[in-house]
This record gives sequence, C-alpha cells and structure tokens, in this order.
Amino acid sequence: METPNKSYIDNLCRGDRAFETKLVAVIKSELPEEIKVYNEAFVSTNFKELAEAVHKLKHKISILGLEKGYALAAQYENEIHDEQLELSQNFDEILDSMTEYIKTL
Amino acid sequence: MKCIIIDDEATARLIISKHCSDIKGLNVLEEFSNAMDAMKYLNQHTVDLIFLDIHMPGFNGIDFIQTIKNPPNVILTTSDPNFAIEAFEYDCIVDYLIKPVTEERFNKAINKASNSVKVAQKTETNITTQDSTDNVLYVNIDRRLIKIDMPSIYLVEAKGDYIMIKTETKNYIVHSTLKKIEDKLPDHTFLKVHRSYVINVSKIIDIEDNCVLIKKDIIPVSRSNRPILMKRLNLL
Repeated sequence: METPNKSYIDNLCRGDRAFETKLVAVIKSELPEEIKVYNEAFVSTNFKELAEAVHKLKHKISILGLEKGYALAAQYENEIHDEQLELSQNFDEILDSMTEYIKTL
Repeated sequence: MKCIIIDDEATARLIISKHCSDIKGLNVLEEFSNAMDAMKYLNQHTVDLIFLDIHMPGFNGIDFIQTIKNPPNVILTTSDPNFAIEAFEYDCIVDYLIKPVTEERFNKAINKASNSVKVAQKTETNITTQDSTDNVLYVNIDRRLIKIDMPSIYLVEAKGDYIMIKTETKNYIVHSTLKKIEDKLPDHTFLKVHRSYVINVSKIIDIEDNCVLIKKDIIPVSRSNRPILMKRLNLL
C-alpha cells in the first residue's frame, strides 16, 4: 500500500525549518478536524457534506504525497455525488495512514 | 502587486502565503477564511490580485466573483480541475491552480497576473480611440471604458495627473495627460490654446483679447498659440 511522505513539504520548505514546523503544526491541527467532519457526515449520510469533506481532504492527501490516494479520493467524491459509498473503506484506510503518519512528523 | 488570500483551509493559505513570500514585489495584505470577510475588506481596500479558493462553505469562489464590483485579477486555487472551463468564463480570472500548488506553477500564474496588471495600468493611463473614422473616444474610468463622441467634446482641461473632458452633456475626469488626448483628437477640430487647455474650435462663441469663450467657460489663450488659433478661424 502507498505510504505518506514529505516530498511535497520538503520541496516547498527548501530547508526553511521554521516554516516547516509551522506548516506541520497547521496540518496536525486541521487534519483531525477534517476527518471528524467527514466521519460525522458519513454517520448522518449527508451526501452533500460528505462530498465537501472528501473534497477538502484531497488537499491533505496530495500534500502528504499520496498520488494513488488522491485518485481514489477523487473517484470516491464522484461516487458520493451519485450517493454511492462503495469506496468508503478504501478511503478510511487512506485517512488512517495519514493520521498515523502525521504523528511521526 | 498587492494581494489577498481567500481560503477556508489554513494549510492552503499558509502554502500560498509561503509562495508569495518568495516573490519580490508581491505583498499579501490579508488572509481570509471566508468570502464574506474578504468582501467587507474589498469595500474599503484596493488590491491587484486575489488568490481565491472555489470550494468554500456557504459562499463559494464563483459566487464571490459574481458578487464583487469590478473584481481585480483572480487566481483560482482548488483541488477540483473540473472547474477550469467555468473559470475562464470570467475575464478577471487570470489562472487556475490545482492544489497542492507547486513553486513552478505558482510562478507561472504570477507572471500571467503581473502581465495582466501591467496591461490594466497601461489602459488606465492611455486613452484609446476605437476607430478615428467613428469619432469615438474610449476613456478608462474606474476600470470601465466609457465611450465619448468626440464632436461633443468642447473643452479638455489639465488637472495635475488628470484631465477633465467637458462635453455637451457631461464632464469626465480621467487619469491621463493633455498630450495624450491631444494626440487622439482630430487636428482639424481641436487645438491646444494654452498649456492646460485643448478646445474644440467649432464650439467657440467669441474671442476677446487673450481669452476665448466656449460654452460658459472663459479659456486663456497663450501668446504663442494665439496666431495658430487666428489662422484656424474663418475671419472676414
């Protein structure tokens, strides 16, 4: 399975440790919130909010270098617009891997 | 260039802000997490460029563009490439960045925005004629190109960095110079009679000493320009 990485963050920061610390802190703060919003929308089967939550999470997925994960999220977002949730389990795995990864940053 | 960033996601704002800080002359004045606050800000401040997220709760980026008056240049930022086609329906949108934004792509967008700002500035300082045979002059006022029929102009007065164009029906204050408008107006009708005035010779009511009466305005005629004016008159 694809694993998150810091490639984009490193390219962006180019050794600017202060900025990297700031960026990582913001990601660590925002990601759990975004996942929470996603989970709440999922439980309430609110497809509109669910699609918005997935859309927002796509940015974090790509920041953490998950190219396949991004493609899956995009597919899942489209699926949600059709009120389908077949990819939810795969999406949850992506969220879990990101959650674990940011703990290491 | 003065810019603002509008995005409900703090990470996205931080990344755009970082890219901006790497470009000389690009100043981020403010960041907003929602479009409404940005609208309030724009009511009181002028910016050259907006980095605008499309997907925002409640009031999205496209709603924002449709709502604000005279939008400045906009670079859209989004995770959704599907909006690209819709984006180019709006003249103010100069580029479209897919998140996460890379340095190379960001720089390209800034170049486009920068060129667009230069063109806008050029338009503001220049007065353009659509077609001399149409006798029509377009002037840029508050980012709007306003059409003026040249024969209706009776006087142009220099006022510092501006000129006042007086017509039969309305007066216009335009950011330009007397020299520029003089070059655009037809020589056979208009004449510079003083360093601060260009008049429509056909609208003169009378001439007394070193002044002409044109409509209700008494305009001085400089000593050097008086002979030229006299030559243009059909003297008995």
